[in-house]
Amino acid sequence: MTDTTVREKSTTAKSNPAAKPTGPIGQRLERKEDRRFLTGAGQYTDDVKLAHQSYAYFLRSPHAHARIKSIGTKAAASSPGVLGVFTGNDLPATVGGLPCGWLITGTDGKPMKEPKHPLLAQGKVRHVGDQVAMVVAESLEQARTAAQRIDVDYEPLPAVVDVRDALKKGAPAVHDEVPDNTCYVWALGDKGAVDAAFAKAAHVTTLDFVNNRLIPNAIEPRACNAAYNRADESYLLYVSNQNPHVERLLMTAFVLGLPEHKVRVISPDVGGGFGSKIFLYAEETVCVLASKQVGRPIKWTADRSESFVSDAHGRDHVTKAELALDKDGKFLAMRVQTRAAMGAYLSTFASCVPTILYATLLAGQYTTPAIHCEVTAVFTNTAPVDAYRGAGRPEATYVVERLVATAATEMKIAQDEIRRRNFIRTFPYQTPVALQYDIGDYDACLNGAMELADVPGFPQRKTEAARRRKLRGLGYASYIEACGLAPSNVAGALGARAGLFEAGEVRVHPTGKVTVFTGSHSNGQGHETTFSQVVADRLGIAVDDVDVVHGDTGRIPFGMGTYGSRSLSVGGTAIMKAVDKIVAKGRKIAAHLMEASDADVEFVNGKFTVKGTDKNVPFAQVALTAYVPHNYPLDKLEPGLDETAFYDPTNFTYPAGTHICEVEIDPETGETKIVNFTAVDDFGNIVNPMIVEGQVHGGVAQGIGQALLEGCVYDRESGQLLTGSYMDYAMPRAADLPNFQVDTRVTPCTHNPLGVKGCGEAGAIGAPAAVINAVCDALGVKDIEMPATTERVWRAIRSNANRAA
Amino acid sequence: MKISVSLTVNGKPVAAEVEARTLLVQFLRENLELTGTHVGCDTAQCGACTILVDGKAVKSCNMLAVQAQGADVTTIEGLAPNGDLHPMQEAFRRHHGLQCGFCTPGMVLTAVGLAAQNANPSEAQIREALDGNFCRCTGYHNIVKAVKSGIEEMA
Repeated sequence: MTDTTVREKSTTAKSNPAAKPTGPIGQRLERKEDRRFLTGAGQYTDDVKLAHQSYAYFLRSPHAHARIKSIGTKAAASSPGVLGVFTGNDLPATVGGLPCGWLITGTDGKPMKEPKHPLLAQGKVRHVGDQVAMVVAESLEQARTAAQRIDVDYEPLPAVVDVRDALKKGAPAVHDEVPDNTCYVWALGDKGAVDAAFAKAAHVTTLDFVNNRLIPNAIEPRACNAAYNRADESYLLYVSNQNPHVERLLMTAFVLGLPEHKVRVISPDVGGGFGSKIFLYAEETVCVLASKQVGRPIKWTADRSESFVSDAHGRDHVTKAELALDKDGKFLAMRVQTRAAMGAYLSTFASCVPTILYATLLAGQYTTPAIHCEVTAVFTNTAPVDAYRGAGRPEATYVVERLVATAATEMKIAQDEIRRRNFIRTFPYQTPVALQYDIGDYDACLNGAMELADVPGFPQRKTEAARRRKLRGLGYASYIEACGLAPSNVAGALGARAGLFEAGEVRVHPTGKVTVFTGSHSNGQGHETTFSQVVADRLGIAVDDVDVVHGDTGRIPFGMGTYGSRSLSVGGTAIMKAVDKIVAKGRKIAAHLMEASDADVEFVNGKFTVKGTDKNVPFAQVALTAYVPHNYPLDKLEPGLDETAFYDPTNFTYPAGTHICEVEIDPETGETKIVNFTAVDDFGNIVNPMIVEGQVHGGVAQGIGQALLEGCVYDRESGQLLTGSYMDYAMPRAADLPNFQVDTRVTPCTHNPLGVKGCGEAGAIGAPAAVINAVCDALGVKDIEMPATTERVWRAIRSNANRAA
Repeated sequence: MKISVSLTVNGKPVAAEVEARTLLVQFLRENLELTGTHVGCDTAQCGACTILVDGKAVKSCNMLAVQAQGADVTTIEGLAPNGDLHPMQEAFRRHHGLQCGFCTPGMVLTAVGLAAQNANPSEAQIREALDGNFCRCTGYHNIVKAVKSGIEEMA
């Protein structure tokens, strides 16, 4: 069957929410992976213990910026149990730095600055936590004890951790070869058209704000275990990671110069990633390199304190944003200037986050005809900044939805009304910032969210709260995201140094059971269940007869991994393409068995049937025939039933929705409670509603975390990380969060056979603006900085009170 | 210096000589290879290492192995010894109270510990009881539902 047939089937099943799905697609099935996680049988990287295991400890910089005058390793090397001590001086000359996977070309036509990111510091350290040396020993305690005997003579240098400071004249240079700390200045959009529109605007709304730096904090810390096998000169690397093939490609081809086929990367169960485990890090790379020299498997697991200083962080923008409107509240143009921190080195995808994944989303759900965005990427003496859940799109949504909400307040237009006056309603829609939206229904999500949030009842609730001396506020965020990363040719034209397709293999066993090998990965999103549902639905077999394998370069043809809400729309489609090939071959086998022509055989409900007859053979019999080909067209067809497909999407997918947050604030203390959070999203067709709801909950929780609780703080003078533990960095706890009301509307994606768009990042994208809009509404202020902590809210109330008095 | 310690883990007697500084979580993970108990932080904040010690939910990173002398310890591996899921595990599964699974063993055992203290907790009491356990995936929404349902099933 063709893709079209599949699309029709899924669409029919899901376009009407009331219709009960008949096949596995659309069912709220319990997850296949849960039993192992619930019984302690999950296997995370640190759970893996190899024969003759040794352990690594990394000595890290205590300084934000310092010259290394000398490193003495003699005492450490002779410590009990030590098997090896490695510093930047010991790295072979052939070993490269960690590469950046995305080239941004600046407005000056020059490529971005890419200073070397050494595996272990060479000459200088550039942020607190920069790795200086690795000690390998029989036990972790011995490695740690020995590391304390390494004598590093540092000459501290002035440090700069804030982009505003880093761009000042005479600021300390993070890299000597980049004296102005500017990695690139990049722009998108028609500046002339924007300036002209602003000149004739009836109203201009302006905001200056910081999009706060976040620390991803997957609960499983990063970990790896590397082993060299001298029998075949191969390496095995276990690593907690989102995309093992990319990890291997970058590590072998760009850093270590090892033969790619001699390195197997296994990423077993992963305890959350949220972007932070996409990247190639120094630690696993050094462990692979050292495993041959030491001749023992080397395991490293980050302490949480190490995670805080060495995982790639997220966000950290300083932005000035302006919106020009006509007298009726119609958007005429948007102008945005952003200074984005890169940290001390360019992490794997750092450069594309504040550009390609940010400026392109500034149209939001609106028909704003002219948009211009200029981004200055800045080196600072901090941990690198890279993709964190949403990656660029939460920052874009924050710009758009804070501007829209503020403009509505300033022009005294209702929040829903200003959005309705500007919604895109004709598709496909070409935005002025390079994207083409294929489909959407923004009114449906806005209306749905307003209904679920009981917006009509809000004035009464506000009055009732006021009686209790509490302030109530309502905030909207109508977001859009570009997901399903990504069409390779588009990405390539924009600077990507990799393809962004996905691969899938479907292996039908002789008994008709199926193993699916996907190049995507699951970090908790439940792909073993979702992908099984898709395959079982298409093949008409039981969900339990399908197993899904991910996270192993030794078993899976190739893969680009999990990020950018791409796993189902890109990875799932690759699997569907492979299933199509299975069905096509199965039809030929069945035609032979039934002595019919291929064209007369159709595949319905797990049976190959001769059209218009009751002649049929079940799928399992075709599978057996493929492997026991006694009665088989061997002259025309190979035996076996195992197909691989690669799928490169033709466009991004565009999930969108409206989130509405209601807060209640105690003006005496500043305590802010989220009393209601509603999300109505359009993710296209949905395979497992239970899993999708869970993804939204988690994303919203991270978005609320950014808005109210979380903020990474470096001391502006010393460059020390002040929020370096869970006692200083406020992670959302159970009592900090409300129950969430979530629902969906469906416009199926037009360019993949499942009609799916992706749901993993939506919550983190929509929530921060919704929350801050609600807080500003409650307080009657124009802006409040994230995280809007109790203290900041209290101060805002106090300064308001002072102003009023 | 090595010290001998003997205790019951998941119903079986265990005796070992350990370094005095060995944390209970290290003893479980490394000596007994019970890797269902996880380590997510180094400041006793995240709760991924929560186990039951004499029926009480305890962070096993915050206790030395020798302090468990004579104790009756239950880890996630021992919660459902005969292969069926414990009602709390079943409730987490039914309500999708887990995603990546890393915090899950600690969450489940914290919930079982709560059940022993409060047979009918309110939602607020459940959220309060989960204060020492981080989950970065679920936003707690489904965990709270699962704990409520699991405690009802256990009654």
